[in-house]
Order: sequence, then C-alpha cells, then structure tokens
Amino acid sequence: MAAPYVVEFEVEKDDFLAAGEGSGSVKDTLKMLGMHSAIIRRAAIITYEAEMNLVIHGGGGVLKVLITPERIEIVSSDEGPGIPDVEMAMREGFSTAPDRVREMGFGAGMGLPNIKRNSDSLSIDSTVGVGTTLRAVIELAGQGGSV
Amino acid sequence: MFMKVRELAKLLGAKVLCGEAELETAEAEFVYAADLMSDVLAFAQPGTLLLTGLTNIQIIRTAQMLDLPAVLFVRGKHPQEEMIRLASQVGLPLLVSDKSMYETSGIIFQAGLSPCPIPERGE
Repeated sequence: MAAPYVVEFEVEKDDFLAAGEGSGSVKDTLKMLGMHSAIIRRAAIITYEAEMNLVIHGGGGVLKVLITPERIEIVSSDEGPGIPDVEMAMREGFSTAPDRVREMGFGAGMGLPNIKRNSDSLSIDSTVGVGTTLRAVIELAGQGGSV
Repeated sequence: MFMKVRELAKLLGAKVLCGEAELETAEAEFVYAADLMSDVLAFAQPGTLLLTGLTNIQIIRTAQMLDLPAVLFVRGKHPQEEMIRLASQVGLPLLVSDKSMYETSGIIFQAGLSPCPIPERGE
C-alpha cells in the first residue's frame, strides 16, 4: 500500500482568529486530490469541529489528516484536561464550553455528535489530566474518487 | 427550487460587501437562519444561504467548510474588514440587510425557498 498523503498542523489554545485555517487547508488539499464533494464536506466538518475542540477545550494540540485511496483518517491529539465522561460528551446538547465561546455561536454540545455523524468510525481515548486523542475515519471504497 | 443569491439580495434591498464575481453564479436552494454555528454545521445542506446576526470570523470559516453559496447578515450588522478580506479570499459573497432576521426570513420564505430538512432528534 502506498504511503498516506499527510496534512498536519498545530492548533493554538484560544486562538479563535486562526481557528479554521488548518481545516481550510485540509479542504483545499482534498479538492486538489480530486475527492468527491460530499466526501470533502464530511472531512471538512470533522476537521473543523475537531479543530474548534482543540481551541476551546484541549488547550491546543495537533491535527493530522492521513489520506490513502481507501480512507481519510483524521487524528486530533491534545495534552489538555481530558474528558471525564466520553459517553456524556457524545450526547447532543451536553457542553462544558464557557460563555465567551457560546457568544461566538459555538459550544452548544453539537461538535462530537456531528463528528460522529460524518464519520464511518470514531474512537476517542481520553484520560483526565493527560489528554485526548480522537480518531475519525471516512471510508472511500467506491465513493472517494481518485487520490 | 433554486434562486440566484443576487435576486434575493435585490428582493431584500441587501448590500453586497464582497463576492461580486461569485454572485454571477451563486444560487441558493435552502436557507438556514441562526446565530448558532454548531447547529449550522450540523444541519446546513449544500446550497444553503446562511442568515445570521453574528459577525465573528468563525462565521466565514463555517460557511467555507460547508461550501455555502453566501452569508447574509441581518439587522444591518456589518462585519469587520478582516472578515470581508477572508471571505473574498475564499470566494464567499457577503451581504447585509437592514431588516430583522424574522422579516428577512419571511421575505425569502415567501419567495419560495425551502428550509433545511432537520433530522429527528437522536438520529
């Protein structure tokens, strides 16, 4: 199997101005690779929601997108406070975001459920006080176009 | 049904802030009116015109991720230069209407555009 095409970028804590820049470049890359627009859209939503989570909750972190002809894998890792109850965090409407984030139109407890909705598989490993790694996969078999 | 965003702008008396070139072809099939970008990211379909009263930079990012044809700010809310610059960069037309969210929505609804389908809770 060919080595994956990798896009990787760092996300700064509380940098709401730059948030979304990295996701925008992932989107441009997928477009350049000739992916189907519905796939690009799903990947962009996952990446952007994960990027916002790093900005808001994770204390910053790293987003890595690995692209092969078979799948797009989006991995977000941080060394933030961790998620005490992942099952609870996955519930639509559950949020621990501060008011200033809500005033920007985010932090409504839709992010993780929305990531899940757009992924074919999703895993979240989180340890309180250590950090969180989120891995979302979009399978491309028969629908992704060429890489 | 689709409508040219430029036609909608005319109907609303809205001002175009950027994206004149894109407006030549920009069309909307759905409309979503919200200040909650979390909801927009979850529910906006391709071809959705976004009506909002928020003017922070993440509005532009949200629209960019979703390939929205345009964003219309209601109640005369004017985005900062920085936002207009980013929108121009990513080819996103921005419009401003003096009318309220409700009135803007009503006029567009009467013109025949559909709301985004909202999935049932828990789906």
